[in-house]
Amino acid sequence: MARILQLTLNGRARSDAISENILLLDYLREFVGLTGTKTGCDGGECGACTVLINDEPRLACLTLAATVEGRRVDTVESLMSDGGLSAVQRGFHEKLGSQCGYCTPGFIMASAGLLRRNPHPTEDEIREALGSNICRCTGYVKIIEAVKYAAALHAVGVSP
Amino acid sequence: MNDIVPAHTIGDYVPLVDGPEKVSGRAKYTADFVGLGMLAGRIYRSPYSHAEILEVDVSEAAKLPGVKAIVTGADCDKGFGVLPIARTEHPLARERVRYCGEPVAAVAAIDDATAKEALRRIKLKVRELPAYHTAQAAMAPGAVDLHKHRPKNIERDVYFELGDVNAAFAEADLVREATYNCPEVCQNQMEMHAAIADYDAERDRITVHASTQVPYYVHLMLSQILGMDMSRIRVIKPYVGGGFGCRTETLNVELITALLARKARACVRTAVNREETFITHRGRPETDVRLKLGMRKDGRIAAVECECIQRGGAHSGYGVVTILYAGSMLYAIYDLHNVKYLGKRVLTNTPPCGAFRGHGTVDVRFAFESLLDDMARALNLDPFAVRRANLLPAPPTFTDNDLMVNSYGLPACLDWVERESGWKTRRGKLPKGGGVSKGSISKGLGMACSHYISGASKPVNWTGEPHATVKLKLDFDGSIVLLTGAADIGQGSSTVLVQSVAEVLGLDLSRIRVITGDSDVVPKDNGSYSSRVTFLVGNAAIDAANNLKALLIAAAARKLEAKPDEIECLGELYRAGAQDKGLTFNEVVNEALKDTGTITVTGNYSTIPESHGGKKYRGAAIGGTMGYSYSAQVVEVSVDEETGVVTVDKVWVAHDCGKALNRLSVEGQVQGSVWMGMGQAMSEETAYYDGLLVTANMLDYRVPTIQDSPPIEVGIVESNDPHGPFGAKEAGEGSLAAFLPALTNAIADATGLRFNDLPVTPDRVFATMEKRARGRKTNSGA
Repeated sequence: MARILQLTLNGRARSDAISENILLLDYLREFVGLTGTKTGCDGGECGACTVLINDEPRLACLTLAATVEGRRVDTVESLMSDGGLSAVQRGFHEKLGSQCGYCTPGFIMASAGLLRRNPHPTEDEIREALGSNICRCTGYVKIIEAVKYAAALHAVGVSP
Repeated sequence: MNDIVPAHTIGDYVPLVDGPEKVSGRAKYTADFVGLGMLAGRIYRSPYSHAEILEVDVSEAAKLPGVKAIVTGADCDKGFGVLPIARTEHPLARERVRYCGEPVAAVAAIDDATAKEALRRIKLKVRELPAYHTAQAAMAPGAVDLHKHRPKNIERDVYFELGDVNAAFAEADLVREATYNCPEVCQNQMEMHAAIADYDAERDRITVHASTQVPYYVHLMLSQILGMDMSRIRVIKPYVGGGFGCRTETLNVELITALLARKARACVRTAVNREETFITHRGRPETDVRLKLGMRKDGRIAAVECECIQRGGAHSGYGVVTILYAGSMLYAIYDLHNVKYLGKRVLTNTPPCGAFRGHGTVDVRFAFESLLDDMARALNLDPFAVRRANLLPAPPTFTDNDLMVNSYGLPACLDWVERESGWKTRRGKLPKGGGVSKGSISKGLGMACSHYISGASKPVNWTGEPHATVKLKLDFDGSIVLLTGAADIGQGSSTVLVQSVAEVLGLDLSRIRVITGDSDVVPKDNGSYSSRVTFLVGNAAIDAANNLKALLIAAAARKLEAKPDEIECLGELYRAGAQDKGLTFNEVVNEALKDTGTITVTGNYSTIPESHGGKKYRGAAIGGTMGYSYSAQVVEVSVDEETGVVTVDKVWVAHDCGKALNRLSVEGQVQGSVWMGMGQAMSEETAYYDGLLVTANMLDYRVPTIQDSPPIEVGIVESNDPHGPFGAKEAGEGSLAAFLPALTNAIADATGLRFNDLPVTPDRVFATMEKRARGRKTNSGA
C-alpha cells in the first residue's frame, strides 16, 4: 500500500508517495538520497541512524516513515549554516570526535539534540545522551571533548 | 622586510584533512552509492557447520521474475587468500561447506525484496560431516580433515628454541607456569561490509567499489577469481568506516559481487547486514596460552617457554602469519635469551579468523605480563622494577631472533605512567572493601607493557618493487595533488601524508590535495595494515616532496641567476640570500613548468635488509620491521566485591611513537586502541551454539558504551627513530595489548584474585569471589 507522506525535511516541506512499510532510514537514504544517515546494525543496536524528529533524537531504523507525517525531521545534512560547520560539527572535526566517520552523523545528531534541549550539559549528561550510540574508533574520550567544545561554541552564538 | 617563514604542522594538533566531509554527511561509504538501475546482491549461506555439498538447486530461484543472475561454487573454481602459500578459500563453497554461514550461492535481482525471495527458493542438499568448533576437537585423533592439504587440521605448527632453555630454567630462582584463555573477538567496525561491482560488457571491464583496507590485494584477487587480466579491473576504495584488521585481506563479499555483476552483465550492489559482517569475521582467534617463566631474584627473566594454540576457523587467511607473530613478538620488548615457542594454528568449523589490531601479539602479551606480575609479587618486587630489570640494551641492537631495534622509548614510557598515575605513593594505599563499615568497593592499580611493528618489512606479496610509492602532481594553478594508494580508513593516513609533503616544502596544508583509493589514478600501495602507512608511505611522501623541492629550487635558481645551493626555500618564497626579494611560489612554479609542462614526481621507500628478520627458524622473517612502538599503561579499577562489577576509573598510557607527526591523531589512535583492549578484556567475546554464531549483533557482542568508558590520559614519548619519517613510528596498535594484563593486574591488586581467562565479566568475577568465600568458610570451619 502506498500513501502520501508530508513532512518538513531539513527545513523544506516535502510530499512523497511512499509505501506504508518503508523505514524512515530507507526513505532518507534510498528514496530521498540523503546518505549522511548511516546504517550500522540490524536494528536499534548502534545509533548510527540517529536523526531529530521535532528536535528529539530518534533511530531512523526503528521508525516507520509514515509515522513522521506532519513532523520536522532533521538529518546531519541540515546542520551546516551559511556553508559552514555547526558548533557540534566543528567540535567533532576539530577535537577528533570523528575518526572513520561512520558513527559520526548519529553522534552529531544525538549531540545536537542534547544541546537544543540543554545548552550547558555536564559530562554525565553528555554520557547519558550518547549512551546508545556506539563508536568503535575513539574510545569516546575525544567525543566528550568535542561535545563540551560544541557547547562552548554554542554559548557564544554558533548554532548547534 | 620579509616575515615569510616556512609553514609547519609536524608535531601540532591537526584535524583530519577529510574531517569536514565526515561531520557534514558528505563522505560517501560504499553502501552510500545509491544508483538507479543497480541490482541488489544477496548471499545464500550454509546452515551447516561441516558438510559435503551434494547439490545446490537454484532452479526455482531462477524462475522468479526479476532475478538477473545466480552464482554458485560451480561458477568459480579458483581459490583466494591473502598469503600466496594458502589460496585455498573459494568465494562460494565448492564440494564442502566448512562453517555455518559460509556463502554457497548468491543472487542479483532488480530489488532487495526479490533477491531475498530468491534466496528462500534455493535448496542445498548435503551429507553432514562431523564438525569441530574447538581447536581441541579438530586436533583429536580420528577427526576428519577440513582441508585435504592440511593433515590433522593443523594449518601451521611452529617450533623454535633459541638459547638453552632447560639449563636456564634450572638456574632460575623462581619458575612459574600458568595457562590463559582469550576468547575469539571481532573487530565489529561500524561500517558493515559492502561492495558494488559494475561490469562493462561492451569492453569486458569491471569497476569494483569495496570497503577494504587493501585495494591492491582486492585487485589481485578479483583478477584471480574472475580470470580477468588486471588491466581490465578498476578498484575504488571510497570512505571506509573502520577496519581494525578485518579488511586487510580480500573478503568474499567483493568477490561474489563481482561474479554476480559479470554474470548479470550489470551493476550489482551487495550491502551485507551486521550479522553477516560478524560471520565474515577475520577477528582475533580464540587463543590458549601456556606460559612458563624462569626469573632471577632481581627480577631478570632467565627463560621463557610459551605454547600457543589458536582456533583459526575454517580457512587459512592470515593464519600462518598470526601464529608466527605470537612467537616472534615475544622478543623486541624485553631482553630475552632463552626462549622456546610452540605454536599451533588449527583449522576448525567456525568463521575464518584474521589480522585483528595488534595481530598475533595481544593474547600472548596478556599471558606474559600477567605472569610477570604474579612473579613480581612472589619475589616481593615492584612490577615497574621487574620491567626495568629486563630492558633491551641501548639501541641499535638486534634480538636473538634477529629483529632490528633502532629506537626504544619503553624506559621513558614506564617513567611517565609511573609518575602520572602516582604509582609510588598510591599503590597499596587505595581503599579496600570488606565488611559493612568499609563498603563493598576495592580499588587497585595495575600496570603492563606492550609493543608493535611499524609495518612488516617484507610484504606478503614480494614483487621486488619499492615498498611504498607516492606521486605528486604540480600544475599551473600552483596546487599540489598527492596521489597515494594508502587507504585512509579513519586512522588519518591521508592527513599525515599531506602534512609530510607540506612540511618538506614549507607550504600550508591548503596547497595540497590528496587523492587516494582509485586504482585508475593512484600508484599501487600494499594497503593499510600492520601499521605500515605512516612509516613506509610517510617516508615515500617525504622522498617525493624532496624530489619536487629540488625541481623548484633548480627553477628558482635559473630565474634568479643563482646556483641551486644558494636558493633558500621559505615555502611561499624562494630567494637567493636574505637581501633578495625573491620569487613567489607561483612564480617558481611557472618557471619550473617551462621545461616539462605539468610536473609529476615520484617518491619511493624501501625497507633495509637488516630489518627483514632472520632465518634461525622457519618463518623467522615474521616480526621484522623498520621500527617498534612501545607502550606502558597503568589502569585503576574499582571492584564491587558484592556484585563482581569492575569499573575502570582511569587509564594512564604512554606510547613511544618515535615522533608525533600529528598529536591529535596520535592521542586518538592510542585512546582508541586502549579502549579496544578494554572491550576484549572486559566484555567482548563471540559465542557459538553448535557452530551457529549467536552473538552476531551489538547487544550480545558487548562493545563498551560511552557510559562504560574511562578517561584515558595519553603521554606521548618521542624516541626519534633514525629511519622513521621525521623520526616517527606507529601509534595505532601498540597500546592495545597492554590494557588486558594491566586490567587483570589491577584487579589482582584490588582483590587478590587473578583472572587468567577473559573477558573479566561481572559474573566471572562474582563466581570467583563466591568460590573464594566458600573456601574461606570451609577453612575456618575446619
